[in-house]
Amino acid sequence: MRPLTFISKHLAVLSILLVVLGNVMAEPAADVMNFPQPEFTSGYDFPLTTVPEPTSDLREWIDVGVLFIVLSIASWLAVKRRSRRGLFWVMVFSLGYFGFYKQGCVCPIGSIQNVALSLFDTNYAVPMTVTIFFVMPLVFALLFGRVFCSSVCALGAIQDLVVIKPIQLPKKLTMALSMIPYVYLGLAILFAATKTGFIICRYDPFIGFFRLNGNAPYLYLGAGFLIAGTFIARPYCRFFCPYGVLLGFMSRFAWKHLTITPSKCIDCRLCEVSCPFDYIEKPNTGLARENRQTGVKRLGLLFAMMPVMIILGGWIGHRMSIPLSSYNNTVFLAEQVLAERINPDLEETLETQTYRSMGTSEDELMSNAIRIRKIMNMGGWVLGGFLGLVFSIKLIGLSVSREQKDYEVIKPSCFSCGRCCSYCPSDDMHRLNFMPGTPTYNEAMSLRDPVYIPPEQDGKGDAEGEGDPAKKGEKKPAAV
Amino acid sequence: MAELVKEPEKITRFTFLRNGMRAFVGLMLGVVGGWTAFGARKKNTVWQIDPMKCVQCEHCSTSCVVSPSAVKCVQSYSICGYCQLCFGYFQPEAPELTSAAENQLCPTDAIERVFVEDPYWEYNILEDRCIGCAKCIQPCEMFGNASFYLQVRHDVCVNCNNCSIAMQCPSDAWVRLPADKPYMLKHKQAYPMEPQIELSLTAHLPKRK
Repeated sequence: MRPLTFISKHLAVLSILLVVLGNVMAEPAADVMNFPQPEFTSGYDFPLTTVPEPTSDLREWIDVGVLFIVLSIASWLAVKRRSRRGLFWVMVFSLGYFGFYKQGCVCPIGSIQNVALSLFDTNYAVPMTVTIFFVMPLVFALLFGRVFCSSVCALGAIQDLVVIKPIQLPKKLTMALSMIPYVYLGLAILFAATKTGFIICRYDPFIGFFRLNGNAPYLYLGAGFLIAGTFIARPYCRFFCPYGVLLGFMSRFAWKHLTITPSKCIDCRLCEVSCPFDYIEKPNTGLARENRQTGVKRLGLLFAMMPVMIILGGWIGHRMSIPLSSYNNTVFLAEQVLAERINPDLEETLETQTYRSMGTSEDELMSNAIRIRKIMNMGGWVLGGFLGLVFSIKLIGLSVSREQKDYEVIKPSCFSCGRCCSYCPSDDMHRLNFMPGTPTYNEAMSLRDPVYIPPEQDGKGDAEGEGDPAKKGEKKPAAV
Repeated sequence: MAELVKEPEKITRFTFLRNGMRAFVGLMLGVVGGWTAFGARKKNTVWQIDPMKCVQCEHCSTSCVVSPSAVKCVQSYSICGYCQLCFGYFQPEAPELTSAAENQLCPTDAIERVFVEDPYWEYNILEDRCIGCAKCIQPCEMFGNASFYLQVRHDVCVNCNNCSIAMQCPSDAWVRLPADKPYMLKHKQAYPMEPQIELSLTAHLPKRK
C-alpha cells in the first residue's frame, strides 16, 4: 500500500464521491479513491458516523420565559416592595442562571449587534429569541426603570457583589468616562453592520469567569474590572456598557421608577451616602445661583458649538474609517494581498495562502474590500457626528441647572439596585432600621452631630458611623 | 356624590412633554423590535463545516468558546480504506506500526486502531479526547481516502450567534444549516461494494458487530 503521492491534494479531494447529507447542491462527483474500499470476508458491518442532534430551540424559549419572570419579580421588588434584600437574591439567581449556567450567552447587551446586523443586512435573519432578549429589558426600562441592571444582568451582578468600599469619583472624570459607552455602542453597531465582528461579545470582560475558561488577556481584564469594582462601583456598567445607553434613554421616560422615599422627602440626608454609584441628585434650593446673563450666554455658545461639534466628530470618524476597516477580514485580506504583491519577500500568511488556493478572482476581493471601506467611511461620518451631538447635548445638560427640591435618583442612570430605599426613615418597611442602637440610627445621629459616638462598639454599622463623618461633612451641600 | 367624581389630573407642560416622549420612545422601540422580529428566523439553524472548503488550519481547535472545541474529527467508514498504514494515524516516519505514542500523529491519542481482518484496520475517533486540531485530516486527504474530516458536534456546540471560529475561518467553510439537517457528512455512493446501510440523520448509534 504505497501512497499515490503524485496525486495532488485537490485531485484527492475530488476523487471521492461525496454525498453531502441534507444539502443536495454540493456534491462534486468522481469515482476514484486512492485506496479501494476493502472487501471484508469476516462479515464486517460498516459503522455509521454518529450524528448527535442539536439541542432544541425550546431551551432558548425557556430562557426567554426566565428573563420575563425575573424582570417582573425585579420590577415588583424595586418599584413596589423597595426591597434591597429581595433584589440581592434575585441578583444571585441571575448570576447563577444567566451567568454560570447559561455561560453569559445569550445576553441583551450582545443582542444589540444581532439586531443591528439584521437591520443593515436583509439576508441575515436574527433568531426570534434574540430579538425578544433585546427588546424585553428595554420595554421594562420604559415602564419601571433599569430593573434589568438591578438584578437580571449577569455582568452587573458579578460586579455588584464585589462593591465593598465605593469611592466617589470626581464629577469631571465621570462626565468624561460616561462618553465611552456611546463610542462603544457606535463602534459595535458599525462593526456588526459591516460584518466585521461582534466586539461586545469579544471584549466581554466577565465571560471568561462564566465559562470558567478563556484567553489570558480577557481574564486579566475581567479580574482588573472586579478589583477596580471593589472601590469604583460597577465600572463596566457605568463607563462601558453599550446597552446601558439604550436602557438609560428608556429609563429617562420611565412610567414608574424606584424612588428613594415612598412618601414625602423630609431632606434628612440619610440617603446621601447610600448610593455607591453617585446617582442621587441633591437639592439645590439654598445654593447661590449664577447670574442669568452668564448662563444664557454660555448656553447660546454651546448651541452655536453644536454643529461644529457634529462636523468635527464626523470628520474624526471619517479619518478613523481606514484604520477601523482593517478590522474587517475582507479588507485585511485585500491589504495583505496588495502588500505581498508590492513586496514579494513577504511571507504568505495562512489567509492569503487559502485565498490563492481557492481561486477567487482578485477583482472580486478588491471590489468587496472597497465597498466595505466605503460603508466604513460613511459609518465613520455618522458615528462621529452622533458622538459630537451626544457630547454637546451632555455639555448643555451640565450647563442648565434645574431646580431640585428633594433627594431623588437620577432616572437615566440609576440601576434601581434599591440600596437607598432602606436608608429612608419615611419608609414604613424600613422604619425598623431606625430604632435606637441600629447602625442606621447611629449613622443618622453621627450625621446630625459629627462627634456622636455610638453607645455600642460592635458591628459593621458602627465602623461606618465612625469612619465616615469627615467624608459626610465634605459631601454636604453648601446650604440646606 | 361629587367626591366620587375624580378630578382630572392637572397636565402641566412638563408632564405633557414627558408623556409625549414616552410614547415616542415606546413607538420607536416597537418599530425596531417589530422590524427585527418580522425578519427573524422562523426555523432554528446551526453551524456546520463544509468539508469541501475546509483547509485544516487549526483555528477550530483554538478559537472555539467551548473547551475543548465543539469541532471534532469524524470518520466516514464507507469511504475509509482501512489501511494498515493509516496516514492519519501514524507519524510520517513512525518507527513501527503500533499504537505506541511515538508512532501516533494525534496529539491527544484520540484515534482508536482496531484490527478487523488481515490487512484491514478500523479507525475510530474518540470524541471526548479529540480537540479538532485537524492534524490527522491533512495527510488523510493528501494520501488517503479523505475519510477523516471536521464536523461541528452538536452535543457540544452551544450555537453562538456569532461563532468565533467562523469569524476566523480563512476559507469560509462555515455555513448555517437547518437544525433538522445539521451535518455535512461524506458518504460513498455507487461503489460496487456499497454496504447496505440506511443513512438516516436520526440514527444516533453506529451499527457495530
